[in-house]
Amino acid sequence: MSNPALLDTIRYVETPEGITLKLRVAGPMARALAWSMDSLIRYGALWGLSMGLVLLGWAGLGVWLITLFLIEWFYPVVFEIYADGATPGKKALGLQVVLANGAPVDWPAALIRNLLRAVDFLPAFYGFGVAALLISRDFQRLGDLAAGTLVIYRDPPVKALALPPGPALPPPLPLSAAEQQWLIDFAERGSALNPERQEELAALLADCTSGLRGVAAVERLRAHARWLVGEHS
Amino acid sequence: MKQRPFEQRHAADWRAFAATLDRLERRKPDRNAASLPMAEFPAAYRRLCQQLSIARARCYGGPLLDRLNQLALRAHQQLYRAPRQRGRAMLDFLLVDFPRRVRADARLFWLCAALFYLPLLGMGVAVHQSPELIYSLLSPELVTEIEENYAPGQEAVDRAAADDLAMFGYYIHNNIGIGFRTFASGILLGVGAVFMLVFNGVFIGAISGYLTARGYIETFYTFVAGHGAFELTGIVLAGVAGLKLGWAVAAPGRFRRTEALRRAAAEGVRLMIGVAALLVLAAFIEAFWSSNRAIPTVTKYAVGGAGWLLMIVYLGWTGRRAP
Repeated sequence: MSNPALLDTIRYVETPEGITLKLRVAGPMARALAWSMDSLIRYGALWGLSMGLVLLGWAGLGVWLITLFLIEWFYPVVFEIYADGATPGKKALGLQVVLANGAPVDWPAALIRNLLRAVDFLPAFYGFGVAALLISRDFQRLGDLAAGTLVIYRDPPVKALALPPGPALPPPLPLSAAEQQWLIDFAERGSALNPERQEELAALLADCTSGLRGVAAVERLRAHARWLVGEHS
Repeated sequence: MKQRPFEQRHAADWRAFAATLDRLERRKPDRNAASLPMAEFPAAYRRLCQQLSIARARCYGGPLLDRLNQLALRAHQQLYRAPRQRGRAMLDFLLVDFPRRVRADARLFWLCAALFYLPLLGMGVAVHQSPELIYSLLSPELVTEIEENYAPGQEAVDRAAADDLAMFGYYIHNNIGIGFRTFASGILLGVGAVFMLVFNGVFIGAISGYLTARGYIETFYTFVAGHGAFELTGIVLAGVAGLKLGWAVAAPGRFRRTEALRRAAAEGVRLMIGVAALLVLAAFIEAFWSSNRAIPTVTKYAVGGAGWLLMIVYLGWTGRRAP
């Protein structure tokens, strides 16, 4: 089997407790979409503000320029620090900025990655940033490389899945640990597939289903899975 | 132990742990689960890590592993977040840490100062000798506009407060933006930062030389005296921070290139916090003090000189003793 680490965009981080955490790194498209949403919000807000400030004349221009400066440079910094590493655009796409060790971004890292945005943007439309993103292993633009940050997917909460109730049967032949895990995954996640696909997959395991076909084969695999997870009935 | 009994044995613990995380993340916690006292959180986290390891080693089902991985990641992010900075820390930084960092990079500082001031002086002298040289750099319209700004005989016309505020906004947006870009572009092997230093030096030198040659000495130098110390030093220091990035990429030494860059960026960004403070101060003086033509010439020069003295003492001697 090929090494899944070469195919996946999953990065493993080892913690001081000696476990490895899985982080799913986000690619250029998701990040570009998040950036576009943020741009709409930013420049929409600036436009709205200019409508109000134009009434104040020159003083309004001063206030507007200061706001422009703050929004241009610090809009992402503030959200990354105070809103769990996500600007509104990133939040909408389920993204989050974290340090390379999986911890939340701190002030220096957030400042570095957003000040270096000025270079990532060069020569036009994030040319350098996208180039760095595609070359680096973990989709990091120059600012991410300098700050030591990653943009990862914040996975939606995982629900505890339950096997549908039914009989439990020991498998007819010894299975390796990995094979047992695949069987349990099939049974637990099977409800997300349509019945035909379930039957197709079950047909691949003719050794386990002792010649049964169709729905009966799926039911038999579920029964083995129940036995493997320890549900005896 | 098989998966189901394992899940059943720990289900209550995991619910309580998830509720604790909800509370720490300021989300609405699950009503049915009581969260743990904070003192027990680290121990509960270590137990969860052990359970995750066991579940992985025993090849339990994927959804269970995902659930435990997610709980562990959330807890990791709570446990290992950086402590909140207090306002006091900023003051300590400006009074102790920042000048120390500048002195630690003294050689780079003098290099950047040379890259900035030598073109400034050279261009200043050249344009003073032959003023038409300025047109190689600036458009005639811009030269006329600058000339009008500093032409003597306008003492009576004072800017309104609203104009001062507009100019303050302009200086903040423009000057600090230039400082930030100088730092960021340093990552391109230092080329960007060097370009920004030399370009700004040449530009400022040309205008100074031209206005001096035209004899607008009092109006021009009384204007720039007040904020010069802070703005020029800020530009040079932004160059220092940028060159640190470039140097780390070009010559990483004993570290891997990305690691060297990370270390240089962590030091550089702290310099940039000081640079931003200097440039905000400069913008404030430039907008509200320098532009005020009612203030006598002597006072302006005195304040300007005091600014340079303050800058030298601040960067040269402040924070030498631990507070």
